[in-house]
Amino acid sequence: MMKKSKQFWGFTILAIAIFVAIQFMISGGFLNNFYSNTLIFMAINIMLAVSLHLVIGITGQFSLGHAGFLAVGAYVSAIMTMKLDLPFFAAILIAGIAAALAGLVVGIPSLRLRGDYLAIATLGFAEIIRIIFMNMDYVGEAAGMQVTHLTTWTYTFICLFVTILVIVNFTNSRHGRACIAIRENEIAADAMGINTTYYKVLAFAIGSFFAGVAGALYAHNFYIIQPSNFGFLKSIDILIYVVLGGLGSLSGAIVATILLTIVSTFLQDYPETRMIIYSLVLIIVMLYRPKGLMGKMEFTDYLKMWMRPKGGSQHEQ
Amino acid sequence: MSNNVLLDVQSAGIQFGGLKAVSGFNMKINKGELVGLIGPNGAGKTTSFNLLTGVYVPTEGEIFFDGKKINGLPPFKVTRLGMSRTFQNIRLFDELSVLDNVKVAYHSLANDSVMSSIFRLPSYFKNEHEMENKAMEFLKIFELDKYKDETAKNLPYGKQRRLEIARALAANPDLLLLDEPAAGMNPFETKELMELIAFIRKQFGLTILLIEHDMNLVMGICERIYVLDHGVLLAEGSPEEIRNNPKVIEAYLGEEIV
Amino acid sequence: MEWLQQLINGISLGSIYALIALGYTMVYGIIKLINFAHGEVFMIGAFIGYISIAGWGLGFFPALLLSMTVCAVIGVVIERIAYKRLRNATRIAALITAIGVSLLIQNGVIYLRGAQPAAYPDVFANKSFNLFGAQISTQAILILSVSVVLMLILQFVVHKTKIGKAMRAVSYDAEAAKLMGINVDNTISATFAIGSALAGAAGVIFGIYYTKIDPLMGVIPGLKAFVAAVLGGIGIIPGAVAGGLVLGVVETVVSALGFSPWRDAAAFIILILILIFKPSGLFGKNTREKV
Repeated sequence: MMKKSKQFWGFTILAIAIFVAIQFMISGGFLNNFYSNTLIFMAINIMLAVSLHLVIGITGQFSLGHAGFLAVGAYVSAIMTMKLDLPFFAAILIAGIAAALAGLVVGIPSLRLRGDYLAIATLGFAEIIRIIFMNMDYVGEAAGMQVTHLTTWTYTFICLFVTILVIVNFTNSRHGRACIAIRENEIAADAMGINTTYYKVLAFAIGSFFAGVAGALYAHNFYIIQPSNFGFLKSIDILIYVVLGGLGSLSGAIVATILLTIVSTFLQDYPETRMIIYSLVLIIVMLYRPKGLMGKMEFTDYLKMWMRPKGGSQHEQ
Repeated sequence: MSNNVLLDVQSAGIQFGGLKAVSGFNMKINKGELVGLIGPNGAGKTTSFNLLTGVYVPTEGEIFFDGKKINGLPPFKVTRLGMSRTFQNIRLFDELSVLDNVKVAYHSLANDSVMSSIFRLPSYFKNEHEMENKAMEFLKIFELDKYKDETAKNLPYGKQRRLEIARALAANPDLLLLDEPAAGMNPFETKELMELIAFIRKQFGLTILLIEHDMNLVMGICERIYVLDHGVLLAEGSPEEIRNNPKVIEAYLGEEIV
Repeated sequence: MEWLQQLINGISLGSIYALIALGYTMVYGIIKLINFAHGEVFMIGAFIGYISIAGWGLGFFPALLLSMTVCAVIGVVIERIAYKRLRNATRIAALITAIGVSLLIQNGVIYLRGAQPAAYPDVFANKSFNLFGAQISTQAILILSVSVVLMLILQFVVHKTKIGKAMRAVSYDAEAAKLMGINVDNTISATFAIGSALAGAAGVIFGIYYTKIDPLMGVIPGLKAFVAAVLGGIGIIPGAVAGGLVLGVVETVVSALGFSPWRDAAAFIILILILIFKPSGLFGKNTREKV
């Protein structure tokens, strides 16, 4: 068990180092607004990717509606700060809880479905969520809602750190193993005493919680939120991060998110070109490397393989 | 009814659409017995297993396990009551390591909460530690301990079958259901497996119900045998009685193995 | 006679959904793929109709046939390039690829001609006549008659021709069909061709009826046609027609009752209800995984 706490401290130290370095660069004026905004945007995308990774990569439940929970988080947090004058950190927390509740409402009925039926049902739910916001006078209908800029690098980084820590710890526990067992063989998982419905819904709710937190940061980073920000395409954006990185690999999802965020920042003024590149990447990856960049491997697996003397595994027969 | 009865199936059956897959199925298994369930292809053996373990909900009859009515319970609850199984077509968690496959079965016996695993509280470490030790014990019995970090799908076929039994055993059952455990094994592997089954039965005080196609094998180790044909019970008795039962001989006539 | 008017509007809309839904359902029936790019084939069909009528001065029927032909070819090309390699891949990989193809076509068209909408030319004098107090336009009649004729032709092809028999055999059991000497690859291509041709026809009809088309026009009707296919029982041809008509009528009724902002939600609510309570659809049979 020493091994696991060592990994944890390694992760924490690395995270603090990254944070301090970037904070130093921001306050020292080495990073202008454009770059620091890109970093914040990247961190939000990583939170979205990692939270979807828990649902699709770990639990194997194919959701096409992640943007719906992002929308719930964004709108709820905006209501908290703009209408109820609550402090930002409270708004972030409430946004997460609201999105998790939405995750329960969506997950409990639809997680009985499998494969592409589940995908379509979640897509439908996300569209319904969007249409609800579009028809709510209270949040400005289709025109959207003004939001103060409150998201800072510090807030974003803390949220990102907590997201990754919670999801990694969850994954590496008996609960996470239960989720992976469901992904690998649902019938066998059930036969081994795992309450499959409970774990599917739990993974969905945790994933939605962090999508909601990401939504709070997202809303307070852009001055305005509109229902059109949270359509089907946004769900696909998040899906691409997870699929490109390798379904089941958290580090893969993070790497893919960083790469694609950089690409899309450069192509900001050419949205069609960006989407053409995205879609070609998606098709080519699925046709020629369906397991994504990293398959189900993590960075730590590569490290272990690298450090282990060769001839580690042997077969008989 | 003597309380020595572990499994009591009372005219259970299931209908898919208009088709009666199994009907009027009666079976009593006493604690500590090793019972065989045989029958020609398509006789409804696996369907009966699915009825017992809650994969299918019976449309008729009742099933009692250790005195508790279990029909209608989902599979995971049946498992937690003390009945676990293997599958005819191996169903391992392919991408998990051999060790983790067994640890998954230990899942419902651990008690660390989601919160304690997220915050890495002491109960998490205690439970993980226990799970790992227990799982290693089972792997040693099945001589799989040296493959513990191997991905399950990379094991050779015979070892995958063994791992599946080890996993079923880790769920701490009173009654173990084995669905064609020797399917696809060579005679030597089969013999080894049968000795292993006899060993774990004694070691863990298990009751075992097994489906098998290989008649010699069933006749060799089972104390009592049930014969299914076309979804109904054809005969029940000791291996000797079954061997001489004209109805059984008739049902198997033309089958490749007798 | 307000309700009669709404019913006719609903059936007109529904028959467009039905034509698109047929392609979804046929493709799903044969290779178990939700062809997300189907809505884009519908969009291309609308644009080809637009170019041939407004640009080349063709009449309605030649434009319809041209659009159907080009769409059939495009459907087959998509299948051969993107989907054929995925026959043995996971369902999720296939679905993601289909989403990719859909995005590629949308953005490819925007890249080539811009995102601005185009106004469909009038091919028929917009006359209407009175039936029991309801105003029925010539367009509505046109939509209905073209849809009915196409569906009858489809019914004939599926049940009376060799290729139709092959399609049914492959969708029932592709392996067995192969053993019986059926060319599975060609049969699947033919299914894509027929489905895409119907989507192309739906595109032209949509353009004429709603007079405005744009590169993203396929997204929502595509999703809704898929809902229609699920509603009728995916893989079942008459189910797709029934599902399309029901959906069209429901949407029109929701709008007529004064809830038009919620019109799009209606389709998705129907989708979710049907998936939860009867995932096999109104006409489908329940199946379950073998243990």
